[in-house]
Formats: sequence, C-alpha cells, structure tokens
Amino acid sequence: MFLGYSAEILARVQFAFTVSFHFIFPAFSIGTASFLAVLNGLWLITRDRAYLKLFEYWKVIFAITFGMGVVSGIVMSYQFGTNWAVFSDKAGAVIGPLMGYEVLTAFFLEAGFLGIALFGRKRVGDTMHMVAVVMVALGTLISATWITSANSWMHTPAGYTIDANGNFAPQDWWAIIFNPSFPYRLTHTVLAAFLTTAFAVGGVGAWHLLRDRDNRQSRIMFSMAMWMAALVTPIQILVGDMHGLNTLEHQPQKIAAMEGHFETHTNGAPLILFGIPDDEAETTHYAVEIPKLGSLILTHELNGTVRGLKEWPRDERPPALIPFVTFRIMVGIGFLMLGLGLWSLWARWKGTLYSSHTLHRAAVVMGGSGFVAVLAGWYTTEVGRQPYTVYGLLRTADSLSPISAASVGASLIGFIIVYFIVFGMGVYYLFRLMRRTPELDEDHELDRAPTRTAGINPGPAQGDALGAHHGH
Amino acid sequence: MAIDLPIIWAGIIAFAVLAYVVLDGFDLGIGILFPLFPHRHDRDVMTNSIAPVWDGNETWLVLGGGGLMAVFPLAYATVLPALYIPIILMLLGLIFRGVAFEFRWRAGPNSRLWDIGFWLGSTIAGLMQGMALGTLVQGINVQNRAFAGGAFDWLSPFSLLTGLALLVGYALLGATWLNLKTVGELQARAHRLSFIFCIGLVALIAVVSLWTPFIDPIYFERWFGWPTAFFSALVPTLIAGCTLLLWLGLQRERNLWPFLAALGLFVLSFAGLGISFYPYIVPGALTIEEAAAPDSSLAFLLVGAAVLVPTILAYTGYSYWVFRGKIDPEESYH
Ligand code: HDD
Ligand code: HEM
Ligand code: HEM
Repeated sequence: MFLGYSAEILARVQFAFTVSFHFIFPAFSIGTASFLAVLNGLWLITRDRAYLKLFEYWKVIFAITFGMGVVSGIVMSYQFGTNWAVFSDKAGAVIGPLMGYEVLTAFFLEAGFLGIALFGRKRVGDTMHMVAVVMVALGTLISATWITSANSWMHTPAGYTIDANGNFAPQDWWAIIFNPSFPYRLTHTVLAAFLTTAFAVGGVGAWHLLRDRDNRQSRIMFSMAMWMAALVTPIQILVGDMHGLNTLEHQPQKIAAMEGHFETHTNGAPLILFGIPDDEAETTHYAVEIPKLGSLILTHELNGTVRGLKEWPRDERPPALIPFVTFRIMVGIGFLMLGLGLWSLWARWKGTLYSSHTLHRAAVVMGGSGFVAVLAGWYTTEVGRQPYTVYGLLRTADSLSPISAASVGASLIGFIIVYFIVFGMGVYYLFRLMRRTPELDEDHELDRAPTRTAGINPGPAQGDALGAHHGH
Repeated sequence: MAIDLPIIWAGIIAFAVLAYVVLDGFDLGIGILFPLFPHRHDRDVMTNSIAPVWDGNETWLVLGGGGLMAVFPLAYATVLPALYIPIILMLLGLIFRGVAFEFRWRAGPNSRLWDIGFWLGSTIAGLMQGMALGTLVQGINVQNRAFAGGAFDWLSPFSLLTGLALLVGYALLGATWLNLKTVGELQARAHRLSFIFCIGLVALIAVVSLWTPFIDPIYFERWFGWPTAFFSALVPTLIAGCTLLLWLGLQRERNLWPFLAALGLFVLSFAGLGISFYPYIVPGALTIEEAAAPDSSLAFLLVGAAVLVPTILAYTGYSYWVFRGKIDPEESYH
C-alpha cells in the first residue's frame, strides 16, 4: 500500500498517465509528418514560396512534438517490464516481436532520416531531402501499424497457443498481426491522427486569419485543413461505426458498458443519450433514451437483441461509467467536426471561407478537439476491456510485476512532476511558435536555432533551395 | 536443430546494447561535459554537433529493450523489476536530455535552465546505466520466474564504481568526439580533457576488472581458468594498445584516432563482460536458453532483423556521412 493505494491500481494509473501523454504527441506528429511531406512536395512542384514558408513554419513545431513523442515513448517500452513483468513474461513472445518490428521498420527509419529532413536540405539537395521527409512520414505510419496491431491482439487475441509454462506462444503470425479488431483500430486511429492535425492546423490558420485575412500562408493552411475536415470526418464516423460493430462481436461487455445497458433487451434496445451508469446499483440513473435506436445502430434492426452487463458475472464486467462518458465525448466531437467541415464547404461555396469571422472563431475553438477525441477514444477502448489485459485470458490483476506499491507510487509521482514540467513547457513553446505570423520575408527566430540550417558546416553537396533564408 | 536461435539473438541484443552504449555514449558524454564549457556559444556548437544524430543513437536503446522483451521475455521480466529505480531514473534523465535540444532554443532568457537539465539528464542517465550494469554483474535474485529481491539491491559500492566508470567513459567519448568535430578554443579544451578522462577511464577499468573476479567464483574461474585465461591476457593487452593509440593520436593531432580508440576501449570492456556472462543472460540466474522465447518468435523476428539491421546501418551511416566534417562555429549565429 502507498497512501492507501495498491501496487496494481498505481501501476494502472501510471500506465494510463504515461500513455496518455505519449499518445498526445504521436497523434499530432503522425499527421504533421504527412502534412510536411505534402507541403514540401507542393513547394518542389510549384516553386511557390508560400509552401516553403509553411513547411519551415510547421517543421519547427513538428520537431518539438516529435522530440516529446520520442522521450515519452521510451518510457512506454520499458514500462511493460518494470510494472507489468508477468504480462511481459506471458505475452512477450507474441507482443514483443510486433514491437521489435516497430523498432526495426519504423523507429530507426524516422530517426535515421529526421536529421536530414530537419537540417539537411542544404547538404543533400532537394530530391534527397524530399526522400527524407517522406521516410519520416512513412515511419510514423508504420509505427502506428505495428503498435495498433500489438494493442489489438490484446483486445482480440488470435493465432496463439498456450505452452507448458502457461505462456502465450505464437502459432500463426499472420493471424496474430491481422487479428480481428486490427484493421478497424488501425484505420480509426490513423484517421484520428490526421483529423487531430487537421483541426490543429485549421485552428492556427483561423487564428491568424482573424488578425489578417489577407495573409496567403494563413489562407492556405486554413483551406487545406478545412478540406480534410470536410472529407475525412465522414469517413471517420463510418469507420467508427464499423469498429463498434466489430467490438460488439468480440467484446460485447464493452459495448454494453459504452451504451450503459445493464439489462438485456430482446425487443429493441433504446439508445441512451445521457445518464449516469452505476455499477453497484446495476442501473443507469437519469437515462435520457430514444426507443429502439440502440438496436437499430448496433444490429441494424429495430428489434434486435442487445445484451446488457448483467449477462456476465460481476468480476468479468468492465466499469461502465468511464467508457460511457468518454464514448459520448468522442462521438460528440466527431459530429462537431463534421459540422465544421460542412460549414466550411458552405462558406467556400459562398466565397466567405477567408472572411467569415464566426467560422474562424469556431475553428479556433475546435483547434484542440482532436486531442480530446483521441484520448476519449482510447479511454473507451482500454477501460472497456477491463478486467483483462489479454482479453478473456489474462487478467490485469495477474499481469503485475512483483514490486512494492511504494516503488510504483514514488515513480508515479516522479513521472507526474517531470511530465508536467517538461511537457508543460513544451506545449507552451508550441503555442508560442504557433502564434508567430507565417510571414514570407520575416527574419525569424528560426534561422538562429539548430533545426534550421545553422550550425552545421555545409557539405560539398550544397543544392540550396533556401537561398534567402540564411547566411546574413 | 541446425541453428541455435537463442545464441544468435543473444549476439544481436549484445550488438544493439553495444551500439547504444558507444553511440549514445558520446551524446551523453557531451551532456556530462556541459559544466566544463560555460560559454553559451560553445554549448550551441556542442549540441549542434549531435542534434542530427542523437535520436537515431537512442533508438538502439529501444531495440535493446524492446528486443529483449521479444526474444528473452523472461530476462526482460526479471531484470526490469530488479532495476526498477535505476531504470525509472534513467528514463526521467533521458527525457530532460532529449527535449533540451529543441527547448534550449525556445526558452529565451531561461535557456540556462534547459542547459542544466541537459547536463543533469545526461549525467543521471549515464550513472544509472552504469549502476544497472554493476547490479547485473553482481547477480539478481530470481525465483519462480520472477524477481525476488528488494527495491534497493542495486545500490552497492560495486555498482557505484561501475556507474562512475561509465560516466567517465562517456565523458571520454564526448571529449574525443568534440576534439574531432570542433575547432579553435573549444577543440583545444576538448583535447586537454581527453587526456584527463583517458587516464581516469583506464584506471577505473583496471579497478573494476580486478574486483569482478572476487564477486562470484564463476567469474574467477572464467578469468583465471584455462582456456579462457587466454582472454584474460589478451583483453588487457588490447586495452593497452587502444590507450596508446588514443594518446598518440592526441599528441599528433590525428583527431580521428582518439575517438576510434575510445570506442575500442568500450568494445573491449564489453567483450570482457561477455566473457564473464556467457552462457548466462542474467548472471547466476538465467541462461540464454532458459530465458529465450519460443523458436517461432525468434525465427519470425530474425527474418526481419537479418534484412533490416544492415539496412538501418546503411542509412544511419549515410546520415553520419551527410553531416560529416567540422562544425563551423560562425554559422550557428547570424
Ligand atoms: C500495446 C499496448 C497498448 C497500447 C498501444 C495502449 N495501451 Fe492502454 N493499456 C495497455 C496496453 C496498451 C495495457 C498494458 O494492457 C494496460 C495496462 C494495464 C491494463 O489494464 O491494460 C492498459 C491500460 C490502460 C488504461 C487503464 C485502464 C484501467 O485500468 O481501467 C488506460 C486509461 C489506457 N491504457 C489508455 C491508453 C491510451 C490513451 C492509449 C493510447 C495511446 C493506450 N492505452 C494504448
Ligand atoms: C504502449 C504503447 C506504446 C509504446 C510502448 C510506444 C513506444 C514508443 C517509443 C519507444 C517511441 C520512441 C521511438 C524513438 O526513439 O524514435 C515511440 C514514438 C512513437 N510512437 Fe509510440 N508507443 C506506444 C503507443 C503508440 C501508439 C498507440 C501510437 C500510434 C497509433 C504510437 C505512435 C508513435 C509514433 C508515431 C512515434 C514517433 C514519435 C512521435 O511521432 O512522436 N505509439 N513510441
Ligand atoms: C462520431 C463518430 C465516431 C464513432 C461512432 C466512433 C467509434 C469508436 C468506437 C466504437 C471505438 C471503440 C473501439 C473499441 O471497442 O475498442 C472508438 C475508439 C477510438 N476512437 Fe472513435 N469514433 C468516432 C469518432 C472519433 C473521432 C472524431 C476521433 C478522433 C479524432 C476518434 C478517435 C478514436 C480513438 C483514438 C479510439 C481508440 C483506438 C481504437 O480503438 O480505434 N473517434 N471509436
């Protein structure tokens, strides 16, 4: 016990805390990396300096985000061993190689080309620089693929046997990697990262448009972001629905918790819009319901059967409140995003995309919505699969390392203090960078920092496209 | 079975750890040396010299850790709880170190704070890695596939000694790297420091080597029994050779020699450890065979590693090549 908490709960809080912080950064850098590749490509094709300027502008922001993603990610990969040693021993032979491939195919790729993408344009020339930028973007996507595969396997285990020591042993790697929930989770997560970036970029663009609606760079940013919002959000909602149906098939308890159903409904389940699920009393208080709609969404029939949590013994149920609330947050944000996307289409058609203050204000407000939706989504997924780490097979309580609550508690406090200081300052710097007006000819702070071109002796292969940008 | 997968993997993991130690070693060494270079401008040049490569260097640590979980899950599941506190401190140190590259440019008047963070982060990370190593050498209490010791088992005079030795070693790598990559006053100082840390490291290697055989009879056997005693003679001889090369390189201003010789010292010390450990992966507790994952896991990942590790080495090498040569100190300010 540490301050009255068990090692298990402290380790769970520590995992949730560190992974939440970690994921905030990749959610942004996965999208930004691809955005940078597009900007650089547009610059190379059109030779329009506005794109180059935008590339330079977002590159610095990307560099900081990426750095924070890396350092918080290293914590994650060691935490399986420090806090979840039994899990690692039992599932390491299956999960480990997936994460091993992530390191070999993704992390090295990102890291190996990051230096060139950030500092190397002058040294390697445009073509090789573009290759490096694309490699970094590709790396982030490959990384997302492996880690969501590993995570999905824990939700919908497949392709394994249990060996003499009671450990999971791989039997069919294809079935392990492409486990039943993986395609849905991967698509949904990557689209989520793109949307997160789109709304952040759109928010920044809108903020600058509110100050100067003629700034061409701000216009480009805002317009690109709003295209993403209008086109990708509907796809994301569709994928989310399919993801939910997949979950209904493999983790019906989770769906019951997300929907707040304790009772099984055989002739049409209502859709509970709001309410407060109560695990003790086994009911959802103050429920505001729409009759039959729950069945319609989940079974695509008005009177389809929807199972409630009471179907399972208490010790096999997830807690209902958190998935119920976070799911509504995510879906709510999804529809708000859709709304903004449609609004921007309308404004574009009316020719007010760059002049409508209300639209810009709404986009600024929605700037951080992706981050909230992404975290809410992960909380739904992860809390909803409790009390298991490997679904139906290995309980969270049985996954813990033989460590004292004091060790976990002390390290948790250490993480909380360090994360708030370091990442708090980092986010503050990000905001300051996003406040800079994306001017074309400004002699910016950028040129002085190492991320630019400074500091490193230009090699012989100087094919510099940036001419005017430094060397004064 | 024709190929012994666990042994191959032990080799690959050892390679990843060694690659990490020497590559991130000079990054961390630069951080450790920070207080000895008080001028802001020197520090800019120092961090710029590693900014394009540090992330790649650190990735070997992720491969070492993640790879261990994949191929030796039992070792991962016993060593990490045993080293709980040093690992957490190392991770926290690496956070400060990693963000400092960008943050010190963003903080305006507060950039000194991130310089302190860079120094402290690097120093704590290096110290903890060295202490973790010392703890492993001393042995870990494993029962029933789980760590069975106490939270502070890792804290001992021997582990403090190995922690100090690694710090000094990293400082030497950092100093010889700066000697190679910089010019002027900065280089002159790095040059002087290289001598000092060289003496320090060789002395500490000697103390650790003389102490190790007395920790566990197995090590004694290894080093003074036949035929391994052959290596006991060979390794010190090669270490002496590297030291000489380092020294001569410094005196004759052949700036690549000292850096390579410092790498050589690390490789040799690492080989010495390998001799002590084999066939154990957790000395005295788990052998390589015992800790290994099923062959299906080892084979699956080996296919990828066989193709990808050489590819990684190739593009990492390319990236070092792109950023080769001396850093121009004037270019970092306009
Ligand atoms: C590869 C595996 C993996 C991945 C990618 C994630 N998780 Fe997870 N998560 C786990 C593997 C895991 C776990 C090891 O299985 C945990 C630890 C304890 C547990 O119950 O499951 C867990 C628990 C866990 C909990 C605590 C649930 C509870 O105890 O009630 C939360 C809130 C999250 N995670 C949140 C996240 C978020 C926000 C993620 C987004 C990046 C995420 N997880 C990705
Ligand atoms: C428990 C789960 C996770 C672990 C153990 C983990 C581990 C790591 C590690 C070690 C790094 C640093 C790599 C380096 O040195 O370059 C990293 C970075 C990264 N991770 Fe994670 N990760 C987890 C979850 C996720 C998820 C769910 C995603 C995306 C869907 C993700 C995407 C990324 C990306 C794109 C990076 C590159 C750095 C960045 O963009 O910020 N990670 N992760
Ligand atoms: C509005 C329509 C949406 C629906 C119907 C929906 C549906 C779902 C469902 C059912 C899950 C849980 C999957 C599981 O059972 O494990 C989920 C998870 C998640 N959602 Fe959504 N979602 C929507 C919108 C969004 C938006 C807009 C974002 C972010 C921008 C987002 C990000 C996520 C993330 C990151 C997860 C966790 C990873 C995963 O399991 O895929 N979702 N979503």
